[in-house]
Amino acid sequence: MNMNMNKGRIHKFYLNEKYIVLDINSGSVHVVDEIVYDIIEYYEEYNFEEIATKLRNKYEYTNILSAYNEIKQLENEGLIFSENMDINLEYNKENIVKAMCLHVAHDCNLKCRYCFASQGNFNGERKLMDLETGKKALDFLVKSSGNRRNLEVDFFGGEPLMNFDVVKELVFYGRELEKKHNKHFRFTITTNGLLLNEENMRFINENMDNIVLSLDGRKTVNDYMRMTLNDNGSYDIIVPKIKEMIKLRKDKDYYVRGTFTSKNLDFSRDCIEYYNHGFKNISMEPVVTDLDKDYAIREEHIETIMKEYEEFSKIYMNLRKESPDFLFFHFMIDLNQGPCAVKKSVGCGAGSEYIAVTPEGDIYPCHQFVGEEKFKLGTLETGIINIELREQFKSANVNSKDSCKSCWAKYYCSGGCHANAYYSNNSIMKPHDISCKMEKKRIECALSILANE
Amino acid sequence: MEYIKTLTNKNLKETTLYAGCGECQTSCQSACKTSCTVGNQKCENEKANEK
Repeated sequence: MNMNMNKGRIHKFYLNEKYIVLDINSGSVHVVDEIVYDIIEYYEEYNFEEIATKLRNKYEYTNILSAYNEIKQLENEGLIFSENMDINLEYNKENIVKAMCLHVAHDCNLKCRYCFASQGNFNGERKLMDLETGKKALDFLVKSSGNRRNLEVDFFGGEPLMNFDVVKELVFYGRELEKKHNKHFRFTITTNGLLLNEENMRFINENMDNIVLSLDGRKTVNDYMRMTLNDNGSYDIIVPKIKEMIKLRKDKDYYVRGTFTSKNLDFSRDCIEYYNHGFKNISMEPVVTDLDKDYAIREEHIETIMKEYEEFSKIYMNLRKESPDFLFFHFMIDLNQGPCAVKKSVGCGAGSEYIAVTPEGDIYPCHQFVGEEKFKLGTLETGIINIELREQFKSANVNSKDSCKSCWAKYYCSGGCHANAYYSNNSIMKPHDISCKMEKKRIECALSILANE
Repeated sequence: MEYIKTLTNKNLKETTLYAGCGECQTSCQSACKTSCTVGNQKCENEKANEK
């Protein structure tokens, strides 16, 4: 059973046979004995003698004293019950852009039921990006990137392989820009895999820092959601291609990424399916969609999903004993070399340092907002001209969102996804409650996994 | 410490000293594309990582 509580400065929970105490503001994570866990319950409200009296039937007095002193020591070192951080969040005041989601194809060769891009066209015209627009987008990125050296471009769609010649030319163009401007492009691609062939796989392998391959786990699950244009399932076509692609990758990054919906709340079985195929870097994301869809994730599903994440964390630990390189994106937390407090406060940077560019050259805060006219920031011709909108995105962070201020998970999720917030609560300042619950559970699972390794 | 094992070796507050250089990867670009997990990103600040 998982118990937790939140006194504003710490969060404690029991999961996977570990008592864990998280100090919110220092980011410290402590694995503690039950006696410490029990003392911490009273620590802020009672003095030592009162606590010793409360716990005398369960523990020896001397043990309570020793455990209490250990907590005190951590408190003195600022590693437990630490005070709020006073971060000066003058975030991105130079308005640097360093990451771009490049929509090279607003068209798709699958028609997935849940597609937020409306089967590839984002509720607009089916269109491929021409080379000239693509080059302008990379020029814009370089010009807007100030002193940042690492620039990211994700080739996205629709399905980017439907416009592969342009992808290739843009990579070549980016390499020229790198030399000229002392930049480093990290190219990535997000694809459904249908058009992968020997030639493009070789090119992708050599030129992309990461490749995200979409597949929804088990054949029945995948084929219900991810249909070809002839209404057939895509699983049998795609799985062999994904396997081929991954074989080429060797040590290079890739993710097999799935979406789960209320139709497969037992998604741990889909993750096991990945494992059985030999896919080692995996991600499984909750669907983002209107609540009236029959496959939407609603409040009534949350309890099942919480249990499923816990169940998967146990399965995951066992699978990692056999295969230590098996990684689930949301169970990975870097406790020592992770991001700084500013990054952890502002999150993805959408609308500010991260933008999406459409085949027409329109600029949006991120791929999830593409096609929403009121979220248009500008075009490649005009640059970013909706300054007010940019400022709204820049100022949406864990210190400004009411529900984040007192949340124990704020420095892990960094305020959550703006698009989730907007599509559920009509405001990027109001995080999507169901997403928050799922994210918190994933963090608890991740920390309990680390505590066991 | 007999009763407590600390998994972290860095205090998040100390990172404010060199914070916000912006060289690290954009979280949404890495794998999820729909939800944020920033905790698993790497810090790419050279000075910070010398410590």
